[in-house]
Amino acid sequence: MSNATFTSRAAKSLRNSQLRRNINKATTTIRGKTARVTAELPDWEALRLAGREIKRSTLAELDKHLIALEESVTRAGGTVHWARDAAEAREIVVRLTKAHNTDQVIKIKSMTTDEIELNPALEGAGIRPYETDLADMIVQMGREKPSHLLVPAIHKNRVEIRDLFRDQMGSHGEGLSDRPTDLTKAARAYLRDKFLETRVAISGANFAVAETGSVVVVESEGNGRMCLTLPDVLISIMGIEKVLPRWQDLEVFLQLLPRAATGERMNPYTSIWTGTVPGDGPREFHLVLLDNGRSKILADEVSRETLHCIRCSRCLNVCPVYERAGGHAYDSMYQGPIGAIVTPQLKGLEEAGSLPYASSLCGACHEVCPVKINIPQILVHLRGKVVESKRETALGKLSGENMAMQVASRLFNNQQALEWSLWAGRLGQKLLTRDGVMPWLPPPLSGWTLSRDFPALPEQSFRDWWKQRENGK
Amino acid sequence: MRVSLFITCINDSLYPHTGQAVVRVLERLGHEVVFPEGQSCCGQMHHNSGYAPEAVAMVRQFVEIFREAEVVVVPSTSCTAMIRTQYPHLARHVAKDAALLEAVEALVPRVWEFSEFLTRKLGLTDVGAYYPHRVTYHSSCNSLRSLGLGDGPLTLLRHVRGLDLVELPNNTECCGFGGTFAVKNAETSTAMLTDKMRHILSTNAEICTAGDNSCLMHIGGGLSRQRTGVRTVHLAQILASTAEAPLA
Ligand code: SF4
Repeated sequence: MSNATFTSRAAKSLRNSQLRRNINKATTTIRGKTARVTAELPDWEALRLAGREIKRSTLAELDKHLIALEESVTRAGGTVHWARDAAEAREIVVRLTKAHNTDQVIKIKSMTTDEIELNPALEGAGIRPYETDLADMIVQMGREKPSHLLVPAIHKNRVEIRDLFRDQMGSHGEGLSDRPTDLTKAARAYLRDKFLETRVAISGANFAVAETGSVVVVESEGNGRMCLTLPDVLISIMGIEKVLPRWQDLEVFLQLLPRAATGERMNPYTSIWTGTVPGDGPREFHLVLLDNGRSKILADEVSRETLHCIRCSRCLNVCPVYERAGGHAYDSMYQGPIGAIVTPQLKGLEEAGSLPYASSLCGACHEVCPVKINIPQILVHLRGKVVESKRETALGKLSGENMAMQVASRLFNNQQALEWSLWAGRLGQKLLTRDGVMPWLPPPLSGWTLSRDFPALPEQSFRDWWKQRENGK
Repeated sequence: MRVSLFITCINDSLYPHTGQAVVRVLERLGHEVVFPEGQSCCGQMHHNSGYAPEAVAMVRQFVEIFREAEVVVVPSTSCTAMIRTQYPHLARHVAKDAALLEAVEALVPRVWEFSEFLTRKLGLTDVGAYYPHRVTYHSSCNSLRSLGLGDGPLTLLRHVRGLDLVELPNNTECCGFGGTFAVKNAETSTAMLTDKMRHILSTNAEICTAGDNSCLMHIGGGLSRQRTGVRTVHLAQILASTAEAPLA
């Protein structure tokens, strides 16, 4: 693992003017659209509350609903597989694919397959995965990571995309211009071949209904519909938190998701399938239920609601930190505010411990989240865990931050010590003050003076002024 | 009314003029102000940095000191938000102390942010202020989201005589302070601050005000570094200024 943190990765992307421009433009547009279509629904707040409550109560009895889902899927002709972690899930998918003697699969946008790093595992087994979502395809061709939950290639411009297509699409890419219609036409022709010649498809799932065994995929391009209907075999991978108890629950989520995600009243394609049907669609259907750390999140009463997330990406689109630092700074398929809480919980704080700090706690995410996840609260909770784990080591105890916090907390609990330290501070700052402000401070406060002056301590604190006033009365 | 002032650590040590202004406004309106000894910090810095047990100690201290208060007034939106939204959380999930939770829940409804106290508790829009300057107002994230103060502070500003109020574009966006965020992620924070300053400068205001000196320390620190000539002044200081005794 490299030593890169959110801070160091952001430092790089902050200087990338193309990226800054792309993200600013995209998020500003989408913010306006989502704000309009959520405001037009008189019961939007009620829908949010309903969504939150359905998720909460479902998670409270998750085991029951998952078993019900397994029964329904099996009854409808599908097969359910349980995967404890990413390795198990990869092994299941590779095994199922190999059983059909194929050397390629088509994929419909699925963050869960990115989470378990399925593509490298497939490639390792001699199976070539083709992403069919336009943006995912671009990211795959560029051998990059996605930079936005729903718009994974948000960081790319069309010249870069044209070059990728020319390079990798064979005859479809020859002499291609960078006009968006030409680019999408080429992608369409290229993908059409893949849809027709590939026998195994891999998908994620937005929802799965326990009572009927139906699985739901919501998308915009129609590539999903192709993947879900044309091949002989369909393998869907979903996190265990995606289950909904009743068919009726879809009413709430199929309103919440498109409006919060893309600012559309209804997304262009909603595919719902239940097991297998002779003579129509895939002949074989497998559903992989993935835990991979989710049951651990469920056990934590504060961060549990992380699992409410329906991956709409609205929190990214309103986040001032995401807008400037960009998706790659999060080094994860989950970016932005939700990424800052999900990734450390899935990957562990050792690997992603800088993410809970990637927020000014402004609360814009919590304000708009369609299922009302209190992301700032969870960020602070995770910071607590980072501090706790560091405190367990001697080095962590001696760290500048821990010592400063200890000193501050003693001072704040001791009046006289506080007054004395203010006096000492006034004396000490004489060296650093120029024209009433401090333009430079030593590390770790040098981060502040990178771009901001610090005010000098005034000669008299408020409490001294008050005392003087009381004495003079 | 007998108002207990919780000054907050930043105001106490760095911005005593804000506290003095609060006292001036409240006394001018005929209220008695008391300043309970032994108060210090709301614990926000510790809590937001992940030092929850240390923050709990400050919750206990706050409850101890203000338990009997008729009302507590706080000239800081973020400290008020800390008390209102995070004290119950800390008592329940970190201290796991039912007695503390009960004491917190009994006290919280009597804790008011300064402008909120004027507009919502006292029902005022005009406090008799005079401040002949061109001013823009930054609604802090906590004022907007945690406290839901809405237009309250703006209404107070609109009733200040002589004041030329200019709307700040993109007003709901964070200034990039975020406590330790400004230090730990200094570069991202700076990018946010730059955009905030760009909007402030576009108003041609000479002063940017807010209900929170931590945002203002951040914004003002940037405006000062860039030699923009624009100052930051806490809302209380504007409201304290009168034609007879004008404040800078
Ligand atoms: S946390 Fe909320 S806003 Fe963010 S992606 Fe998940 S559901 Fe959407």
